[in-house]
Amino acid sequence: MAKELWKGNEAVAEAAIKAGCRFFFGYPITPQNEIPEYMAMKMPQIDGCFLQAESEVAAINMVYGAAGAGARVMTSSSSPGISLKQEGITYIAGAELPCVIVNMVRGGPGLGSIQPAQSDYFQACKGGGHGDYRLIVLAPASVQEAVDLVQEAFDIADQYRNPVMILGDGMMGQMMEPVEFKEVKKRSLPEKTWATVGTKGKRKPNVVNSLYIDAADCHNHNVDLFKKYAEIEKNEVRVDTYNVENAEIVFVAYGTTARIVKNAINSLAKEGIKAGLIRPVTLWPYPYKAIEEAAEKASVKAFMSVEMSMGQMVEDVKLGANGKKPVYFYGKAGGAFPTPKGIAEEAKKILGGAK
Amino acid sequence: MAHEIIMAGFGGQGVMAMGKILVEAAMEEGKNVSWLPSYGPEMRGGTANCSVIVSDEPIGAPIVTEATAAIVMNRPSLDKYESMVVPGGALLINSSLIDKKATREDIKVHYVPANDIAQELGTDKVANIVMLGAYIQASGAASADSIMNIITQMFAGKKATVIPLNKEALLRGAACIK
Repeated sequence: MAKELWKGNEAVAEAAIKAGCRFFFGYPITPQNEIPEYMAMKMPQIDGCFLQAESEVAAINMVYGAAGAGARVMTSSSSPGISLKQEGITYIAGAELPCVIVNMVRGGPGLGSIQPAQSDYFQACKGGGHGDYRLIVLAPASVQEAVDLVQEAFDIADQYRNPVMILGDGMMGQMMEPVEFKEVKKRSLPEKTWATVGTKGKRKPNVVNSLYIDAADCHNHNVDLFKKYAEIEKNEVRVDTYNVENAEIVFVAYGTTARIVKNAINSLAKEGIKAGLIRPVTLWPYPYKAIEEAAEKASVKAFMSVEMSMGQMVEDVKLGANGKKPVYFYGKAGGAFPTPKGIAEEAKKILGGAK
Repeated sequence: MAHEIIMAGFGGQGVMAMGKILVEAAMEEGKNVSWLPSYGPEMRGGTANCSVIVSDEPIGAPIVTEATAAIVMNRPSLDKYESMVVPGGALLINSSLIDKKATREDIKVHYVPANDIAQELGTDKVANIVMLGAYIQASGAASADSIMNIITQMFAGKKATVIPLNKEALLRGAACIK
């Protein structure tokens, strides 16, 4: 198939449909409105269900219901809306149901701004809702990668019976880039024998639940969840690297910010400064090992986490570097973004001090 | 070669469409492209802009902060984006609506009376296409033939009558670049 120009949000919606998503429940918020808009147009044509709920809370609980019945289901929102969905998300994680949640992040806190941001990293990767649970968090850096990851996200969710979050940002949602919808390799998936689809009198009813009223039962449920999370950590870490070999300074950045960093790396190279990039594609599970390996290289003098936030992922970079090399932070928040020039200048300052 | 362009003007002047047509055309020529709109609260009545990149190399940041060209359709855009053009870059000014001259001397400035030409052709609506004609003539970011292919696809069917008008607009714009 030839490449076509797609807007990020619309491409994400089409990718979900191509992956077999037939249920979408959402509530409007900028800058992701093209996702529900596209779903509203397309779902009726393919016998799917688009429903604009009365609120985000309602939308995520509809996702909970459809996922419980074994459907491929998605919702999308942006930061304030995702905050409202947290209760449903932890229930879905607790009940071990598969679904895909898209967050096209905007500036916060509170209503914040409508421009791109990455300040929901903690919320996506470290909890968000209550209880010990994990989301698998995928962070695409281009519209093409968003399309590829969304298509795979449904399989990942089904394989582990776990919600998967696509963490984009306003820039990702609003930009247009050439896209090719490829046949994504399908995983061999277990049958959804747990789905609440009616017994037809042939078996005991399935129950979807996140309540374990007995403490010992609830503890055991947590232990089981963490066995699953360990499996995901073993199998699903994804990371992309650029020029890390011989780099003096290694930037760590994800999503669209990683692309801005690449420009900075190329401009530093023109001045004879060797800089590289580690780009986590999965934010959970986090590619600590890639950071650790870079920290052990003699050539690497320092790390710099670059984010559209006041510094959130930088904590994971520090965990990966584990004190072996200094970790710095550079970022802009609230809808502002770091420029290649700003990043390069900051890197030179750090290297000047480190030499 | 990478063309990193800021296109800016009032909402309704067709700056988003100008960018989309350019990236569609350049993509058909096999180039790497990206298009990123401003989508802030300024879009109604204020200044709208888009970052457009056309490159032989893979594209890094889709946001343009150091522009090889700025196309400004109104006065606020000139004030905002003149400084963003890299030395040796190009600034295309819609001189029909902007009476101010550029202050930079280290860039190539083109004054294009886009709305005057569009009105001569019968409608202000093609002022953006006049400007696009001037830009591709100045930069070579895409050929006039590729642009016309895209415009022809856009207006296929009932609106096909406007295709010759757009072609004339594109050529008149190109003729402004000496």
